[in-house]
Amino acid sequence: MDGAIFVSQLFNGLSSASILLLMALGLAIIFGLMGVINMAHGEIMTAGAYTAYIVEGAVTHWAPALSTYAFLAALPLSFLVAAVLGLIVELTVIRHLYGRPLETLLATWGVSLIMQQGFRSIFGSNNVSVTTPTWLRSAWHVTTNLDLPYVRIFILVFAAVVVGGVFAYLYRTRSGLEIRAVMQNRDMAACLGVATRKIDALTFALGCGLAGLAGCALALIGPIGPTTGQAYIVDSFMVVVTGGVGKVIGAVVGAFAIGELQSTFEFFTSATAGKVLIFVLIIIFLNIRPAGIFPSRSRSLD
Amino acid sequence: MKRRDFMKGALMGAAGAVLPLVGGVAAASKTRSIRVGVLHSLTGTMAISEIPVKNAELMAIEELNAKGGVLGHHIEPVVVDGESNWPIFAEKARQLIAGDHVATIFGCWTSASRKAVKPVVEQYDNLLWYPVQYEGNECSKNIIYSGACPNQQIEPAVTWLLKNKGKRFFLLGSDYVFPRTANAIIKGQLHAEGGTLAGVEYVPLGHMEFETVINRMREARPDVVFSTLNGDSNVAFYKQFAAAGLTPAKLPIMAVSIAEVEVQGIGPSYCEGHYAAWNYFETTKGHLNEAFVATYKKRFGHTQVVDDPIEHGYVNVHLWAKAVERARSFHPMAVRKAAFSIRMDAPQGEVQISSENQNMSQVARIGEIQANGMFKEVWNSGKSLAPKPYSRYISNFVCDWNKGGLLKRA
Repeated sequence: MDGAIFVSQLFNGLSSASILLLMALGLAIIFGLMGVINMAHGEIMTAGAYTAYIVEGAVTHWAPALSTYAFLAALPLSFLVAAVLGLIVELTVIRHLYGRPLETLLATWGVSLIMQQGFRSIFGSNNVSVTTPTWLRSAWHVTTNLDLPYVRIFILVFAAVVVGGVFAYLYRTRSGLEIRAVMQNRDMAACLGVATRKIDALTFALGCGLAGLAGCALALIGPIGPTTGQAYIVDSFMVVVTGGVGKVIGAVVGAFAIGELQSTFEFFTSATAGKVLIFVLIIIFLNIRPAGIFPSRSRSLD
Repeated sequence: MKRRDFMKGALMGAAGAVLPLVGGVAAASKTRSIRVGVLHSLTGTMAISEIPVKNAELMAIEELNAKGGVLGHHIEPVVVDGESNWPIFAEKARQLIAGDHVATIFGCWTSASRKAVKPVVEQYDNLLWYPVQYEGNECSKNIIYSGACPNQQIEPAVTWLLKNKGKRFFLLGSDYVFPRTANAIIKGQLHAEGGTLAGVEYVPLGHMEFETVINRMREARPDVVFSTLNGDSNVAFYKQFAAAGLTPAKLPIMAVSIAEVEVQGIGPSYCEGHYAAWNYFETTKGHLNEAFVATYKKRFGHTQVVDDPIEHGYVNVHLWAKAVERARSFHPMAVRKAAFSIRMDAPQGEVQISSENQNMSQVARIGEIQANGMFKEVWNSGKSLAPKPYSRYISNFVCDWNKGGLLKRA
């Protein structure tokens, strides 16, 4: 393996990590902080991806000159659409099931099936495509043997910005403080005047909005179809569980570790064997540290 | 829409809602009817591919009924959902034959679903019409295989690549039976025809991260990529292949699972200039095809595209109808026998079912993907190729029902 391939593989690992992170971040908040196993997370992502598709279609139709910038408009909109969907799911389903993880799991699985069939009825069973903006289509030729695709660099930077935004929100704002307070000790927070129900809805909507952003970004490199979400859900849970339930930083480190290891294993073995090795490693790791890389010391999760 | 048209539409809709209640009685008193099964995945992962095939089969049945049915019988399709779940395919096939008494079944897509239905149609001595290209290696009296055998799709594609694009092949496939069988055939053929193998890579179904695979490809320096990837992975692969700065001029991809429908989902701009091998393209010349495409689009929407498996689903229904008329019977085994003597003009050209192995003889075609998502045919085999379900590169068997079924190659 020469230097260019080595650097390129390192970059690939980082790039996979950023994708894993984008997928898992919303889940880390919903599952990690709220303890809700949201099986519809993948479908919420898909809703974000479909938003990108609709926005692109609309912009191409009404203002063809701006179509290369349609994607930038799609990002905030996909956040909004997914957050509103999340809010609806929270108000109608999740709200009645707090503290009953098995029922939540079943109910959100039902929601995911309903959403899949909904996508199929609205957009048809075939995949739809989002065109990568022209300014993201080529690659940065570092040397003759080393090309770094712009779209990957974009996703990398985007993931960093989103994570930064989430941290700033959770640790620097009033409502972030309230979210953390409710997650650490719900009763105490309620005693101190925090409207816990409102915070629950807000947190769930935030997690879903992040999933929408992820779906929008992933539309650049992957498919958009009714069942696309299923392809991402397992990896998302893998990251959250490895990273440690209850800490957003866990998702960041978990995604980084899994991304780099996966692309390294894959390079030296094959895609299938690489995946198997990763799962074996995670099983061993979770046997040694059942609570993940960053175990949470919060009592609310006991 | 004018108000009167709207009223007419509303009335017809209302009548349509009421009719099914009395339809059975009315139809029974006027004309006799016969049931046929339509068995595809309408939900789950495979729904994406199978729903359009189901639509084409129903469209062919409507065409038959519009012309007065078959042998004076109205054809009544019984549509059931295989749910992308192979045991359910077997269960639904049993229900169609034993419960609904269907005369025949049109259906399946994946080899796994076909292999689940096979023992059922064999047990009841019924007949399954299978519309998709497959890996061969099967010899059943109760299945008519109209999709391409390896020698009608994969083998001509390899020969064409060796002649026109280069000798070093990189094989990329999803990790299941079809790609592994296809690659075994390709390896044998490369050995026989003077090509070399630069690398082989399998990814799990649903794999989305192709950067590492693409890096390994770069290292292997192949002249061509032969892809047997299936499903959503294709979208990720073509997008990431293009993003890595690889173009068809540098490294062309030949695919055997990418047709017009998949190109729409990937985005034509990512596939432009790459190739695929099939027996039919929407752009295939001929007035029959023009009529077929026009009817399909009129029926299912002008943004819809037609592809090879859709056409084969449509052809299967018409072949069955012709065979029924020739046999003057709906009995599956009488129809099977009569099917061998039918030469039919299909949208793809003249087709015929082989009496030896029940596969269809057809022309092999290679198309280059255009910016609009359609294929430009760059090569065809000229004449119909006789089907060979057991490739000489990997098997010592032949399927010949004139001599009793599966035999050792002489």
